[in-house]
Amino acid sequence: MSAIISVQNVSKSYWRDSLEIPVLNNISIEVQEGDFLALMGPSGSGKTTLLNLIAGIDKPSKGNVIVAGTDISKLGESALAKWRANSVGFIFQFYNLIPVLTAFENVELPLLLTKLSKSQRKKQVETALTLVGLGERMYHYPKQLSGGQEQRVAIARAIVTDPVILVADEPTGDLDKNSASEILTLMERLNSEFKKTIIMVTHDPHAAEKAKQIRHLEKGDLV
Amino acid sequence: MKIPFKYTLKNFGSRKLTTGITLIGISLVVFVFAAILMMAYGVQKTLIATGSKENVIVIRKAANGEISSLVEGEVQDVIRTLPNIATNSDGKQMISNEPVVIINLEREKGGMSNVTVRGVGQVIQELRPQVKIIEGRMFNFGVKELIAGRSINERFKGAKIGDIVKFAGDDWKIVGTFDSGGSGFDSEMWGDADQLLSSFNRGNTVSSVTLRLDNMSNWESFKRAFDVDKRLKQHEPKIEQKFFEEQSEAMATFIRILGIFITIIFSFGAIIGAMITMYAAVANRTVEIGTLRALGFKRRSILFAFMAESLLISVIGWLVGIILASLLSFFKVSTLNFGSFSELEFSFALEPSIIVSSLIFAVVMGILGGFLPAVRAARLNIVKALRAA
Ligand SMILES: Nc1ncnc2c1ncn2[C@@H]1O[C@H](COP(=O)(O)OP(=O)(O)OP(=O)(O)O)[C@@H](O)[C@H]1O
Ligand SMILES: [Mg+2]
Repeated sequence: MSAIISVQNVSKSYWRDSLEIPVLNNISIEVQEGDFLALMGPSGSGKTTLLNLIAGIDKPSKGNVIVAGTDISKLGESALAKWRANSVGFIFQFYNLIPVLTAFENVELPLLLTKLSKSQRKKQVETALTLVGLGERMYHYPKQLSGGQEQRVAIARAIVTDPVILVADEPTGDLDKNSASEILTLMERLNSEFKKTIIMVTHDPHAAEKAKQIRHLEKGDLV
Repeated sequence: MKIPFKYTLKNFGSRKLTTGITLIGISLVVFVFAAILMMAYGVQKTLIATGSKENVIVIRKAANGEISSLVEGEVQDVIRTLPNIATNSDGKQMISNEPVVIINLEREKGGMSNVTVRGVGQVIQELRPQVKIIEGRMFNFGVKELIAGRSINERFKGAKIGDIVKFAGDDWKIVGTFDSGGSGFDSEMWGDADQLLSSFNRGNTVSSVTLRLDNMSNWESFKRAFDVDKRLKQHEPKIEQKFFEEQSEAMATFIRILGIFITIIFSFGAIIGAMITMYAAVANRTVEIGTLRALGFKRRSILFAFMAESLLISVIGWLVGIILASLLSFFKVSTLNFGSFSELEFSFALEPSIIVSSLIFAVVMGILGGFLPAVRAARLNIVKALRAA
């Protein structure tokens, strides 16, 4: 197994006025291809920040983030956007579906950034939605779906482009127990059956159990 | 532009109240803008229709309208000797020496207003065949009788058949109503030129001379003969339609400038409304914007999506405004015409350039209203936007 994600001596600080707020302190971590990593830690420890750096929506103050051979900390904004579209699938705590678009249209969104034809897109969207068990709900709007169903649409959106990595920030944080376990089973399946590399931030020990590996963050340090 | 238009369209329908108010604002501005241009164009159309391409009018060079023009008897005599003037079947020269005066009449709706009274010559019905008696009869020459234009008949008290109008110390009897097909003559009263001159003690000095050439292809040679005659050097001939067109220019320009000034002031309100709506849209959809950016949509796509939304509001507002304005063309209104200092009735008239210019105006409002909010949306930091949940 080779490291698909390599975080090398990364530090991240935010600035509030002229006050530097250190969030991550010289962190290094490697994630192997096909791994399912759970990131745990108290609130404010920097989990989301680390995830954002790996997903290329934030930039480290120091250090490098290399994903599948690309040093994304060196990419310009436009190149980074393109990289995200090709390489990262996002799963958010509050699903972040576009309320005015149907499940189908939400899942289709990332494909609009590819060169796929309309019919190819349709095929891929249907495949993804069927995979998450929502083949029958393609034309429902987010508000017509339960939280668990919404999150499954979001997962379909995350996998529809067949990205290199999936990042999930507390994907079950807003769900009841049953829905949460459905989502986790789905993610496990994506990892085992479809060999997706997954990094999941979670507070929930049950959720973390499903992962192959658990790492803890504490005040910006990996422990 | 990768974000589908469907997204713009569906968001447009999702915030009914703020979008609706903004839309009403923009459509009102478009309505006022179009209405004023339609008014200016209507005035122009009416006055242009007043003049004929077949007639020639002579006025004093320094005059800016018939009211301030004087054509003395000697000048009228010289004009009569010019070549190429048509004669009618009776062998009479087709010339009408016309005194034009303004009198004051009471309107049906109350208040006084100016009415143009035009004295005309014997050949008038051949000279202006578009003028038709629709009620009563033609006035008789040699007596103090008047016929009233359709619009005067409708809008003024004491301008009905059988009524007596008093001016210049004389009683004038109204004996008929005429229609000139929506031209400026509908807002005039006509009588015998000689009677009018004697009432007003004007000797034989008229305001203008209208005549018909034997053939319009002789216009250039007629004009040359006119221009070389030293006795006519204070006067000039014009094709009648051209003359009325020039007369409409000042009025139409005034209406346009005033109107554009007013609508630009109004449009600030509409632009600010659009801006507030779009800022609210950006604020409500901050997380959505962060999500789209995370998925790989570029800043530019976000900018376009929000601009498109603002433009959609303005274009729909334009459509509503222009449809409302087009209904105005069913209405007739009257206003004081600066050219003649008297009331002129006209219709609002729509023309393609008004449709196009009001669309451009609406689009500019949409761009100005949407730009800053769209820039804000495009500049959002992804991480901060996602944390806004
Ligand atoms: N854009 C920002 N500006 C300033 N400070 C920030 C910003 N983003 C994060 N922080 C700060 O960085 C620290 C770590 O935030 P982060 O969101 O990574 O924590 P977390 O481990 O995900 O916490 P939680 O479990 O509550 O989600 C917090 O103290 C937070 O206030
Ligand atoms: Mg977090």
